[in-house]
Amino acid sequence: MKMRLKSVLCASAIGAVALAAGQASANSELLKMQKDPNQWVMPLGNYSGQRYSELSQINKDNVKNLKVAWSFSTGVLRGHEGGPLVIGDMMYVHAPFPNTVFAIDLANANRIVWKFEPKQDASVIPVMCCDTVNRGLAYADGQIFLSQADTTLVALDAKTGKVAWTAKNGDASKGETSTAAPLVIKDKVYVGISGGEFGVRGHLTAYDTKTGKQVWRGYSMGPDSDTLMDPEKTTHLGKPVGKDSGTNTWQGDQWKIGGGTTWGWFSYDPDLNLIYYGSGNPSTWNPVQRPGDNRWSMTIFARDADTGMAKWVYQMTPHDEWDYDGVNEMILADIDVKGKPTKALVHFDRNGFAYTMDRTNGALLVAEKYDPAVNWATHVDMATGRPQVVDKYSTHKQGEDVNTKGICPAALGTKDQQPSAFSPKTKLFYVPTNHVCMDYEPFKVAYAAGQPYVGATLSMYPAPGGTHLGNFIAWDASEGKIKWSIPEPFSVWSGALATAGDVVFYGTLEGYLKAVDANSGKELFRFKTPSGIIGNVNTYVHNGKQHIAVLSGVGGWAGIGMAAGLQEDTAGLGAVGAYKQLSNYTQLGGVLTVFTVD
Amino acid sequence: MSFRILFKHAATAGFAAAALFVGMLPASGQSAPQTASTPPSDKPYTVEDGNKVDPKTYNGYRRYHSVCHTCHGPDGMGSSFAPSLVESLTRLSSDQFEGIVAGGQQGNAGGNVRVMPPFGSDPNVMDHILDIYSYLKARSDGALGRGRPERLVAAKTN
Repeated sequence: MKMRLKSVLCASAIGAVALAAGQASANSELLKMQKDPNQWVMPLGNYSGQRYSELSQINKDNVKNLKVAWSFSTGVLRGHEGGPLVIGDMMYVHAPFPNTVFAIDLANANRIVWKFEPKQDASVIPVMCCDTVNRGLAYADGQIFLSQADTTLVALDAKTGKVAWTAKNGDASKGETSTAAPLVIKDKVYVGISGGEFGVRGHLTAYDTKTGKQVWRGYSMGPDSDTLMDPEKTTHLGKPVGKDSGTNTWQGDQWKIGGGTTWGWFSYDPDLNLIYYGSGNPSTWNPVQRPGDNRWSMTIFARDADTGMAKWVYQMTPHDEWDYDGVNEMILADIDVKGKPTKALVHFDRNGFAYTMDRTNGALLVAEKYDPAVNWATHVDMATGRPQVVDKYSTHKQGEDVNTKGICPAALGTKDQQPSAFSPKTKLFYVPTNHVCMDYEPFKVAYAAGQPYVGATLSMYPAPGGTHLGNFIAWDASEGKIKWSIPEPFSVWSGALATAGDVVFYGTLEGYLKAVDANSGKELFRFKTPSGIIGNVNTYVHNGKQHIAVLSGVGGWAGIGMAAGLQEDTAGLGAVGAYKQLSNYTQLGGVLTVFTVD
Repeated sequence: MSFRILFKHAATAGFAAAALFVGMLPASGQSAPQTASTPPSDKPYTVEDGNKVDPKTYNGYRRYHSVCHTCHGPDGMGSSFAPSLVESLTRLSSDQFEGIVAGGQQGNAGGNVRVMPPFGSDPNVMDHILDIYSYLKARSDGALGRGRPERLVAAKTN
């Protein structure tokens, strides 16, 4: 018999009248489940993407007594992104390639009830630019959904692990792969695609959860029939985008290998019926080879979940010159923005700007740097939405075969995919950031299907004035200000968790799980797990007790650049020097650690 | 324009990488492709003051940090999942190196399945393979330190 804490329901009303006939059961079940803090039923916790839990059994007064309850090895090495799902007494754990899925019975000695190990061609491994990560599973209606590295979307029976159906979302021989977690809304499961470094044209695709048939696909660039845009009704900062906006800012046919891949996180507003996500960098990394604004790369999309039609878009970095992918999470929060209650969307972009939008109509309300080191643009012009680029840091202006130096942030951004958290209690956003700058030299490259299509040389180093490579910050999105900032020796690459217990959790690249006070940022607890953490901290209740769960397993882009250190160890700086090697602190691993308080 | 690249068997890990490639170069005005028919000297690079290099080695630095570094890390130092080439080139000859780059290879080190793709048909790599080798050899020999080197002469680039 399941024991549950009293769950605290949010105040928002579920629009029963909005449900169309035939969608009722999956829609209302998942909508209800994602409000239950005892479970963790979707990648970001719930549709708003806030990564906030109402649970307070673990709180700022007792978190210092956090202890390991149990741990579990996935049997896989390489970067472990994402986090486990908990549905009732069952926990579902995923892994990097080969993307093994485990169903663990929390009520029966954590027994593995079933295991699904996909058979994938290992040749997909090297076509994954930034490690063989997978950001997690989706659940709905008794099914578990996995998006495999080779782009096969699989629906598994949650009780038995048997394959219900598969669908092929892309072609790995063209450099198309999958790393993002799917999202289920009503009767459809939504998946993105990866491969922006291989000239892949990005898209978001919806599949029927029962049959696996493709329902719609919205591309990031191309003619209106591909991008699913209405020249009059789809707007950009309030203005209609016009005909074929996805081709008329590209030269010739370049949009066909345009990039704009969709490998980040998805959120959903059930009242507006809009799914929100961002698109990645345009292809190639050499801006001189692709003149034009390159719409709609680097763009926040709001699409109708039923039809895929884009309601509004906002391109954050037109004609990208630095690889600042726009795919980071879109947090939906009802907050006061400059004194006015707003249905907001808050997004911490790779480019170093934190954006607050009105999620109903795509109005731009706030755009401020969330790391003072950001220098490639002075500010975002609020009338046009365009960043004001500084010539000295414009890799296009400086030219091909010229090394443009000292650009902040580096290509891995002020924040990469690692998702932040929002606390409706403190009204603060908790953001895991990078504090790294770069030199970037573009040069000409040729396109060959399935081969990298990059065209730039990078070197990265810590932001000037410090020796640390990351900060964990608390951000006020209505004013656009940092409230407090915890420096970390390495980039903070984990997903954060905020709780009603006034505690915020995050993981470090050396492998620490840390708990800090949600108001002051004071460290309350730390524990070194078996390997560096690039996963997301999740929480759930089992047997009346709150648990904290996080995957350890260093890798991802951090594992590429930081393992051997970013630069030569300068004599005299020693272990606390600026150019320390991550490999001195952690090695590969693949372990889930679950914590609780007695 | 067409070219052939002939590779000897790669001796490492018993993996045969012999292949005959026939491919088309993009018409981008690039110079003639580099081949393995003229073996480079033991020290194909020129390094002065520990960080100033000849134009070919400089080009090798750029090409390495465009494609190769995404797995093999900055400056050939290795990553959490691909080996340090600074170490590998103490063991591999230039022919072995080119064979692996062209044909790819797989390995299993302690449960960690590693796969390197074949770059044999990628002009962005193979047209510059001798430059990439020169750069990595300079690093491996300890002649060239980490970080971006300087060009010894202002050079036309490949």
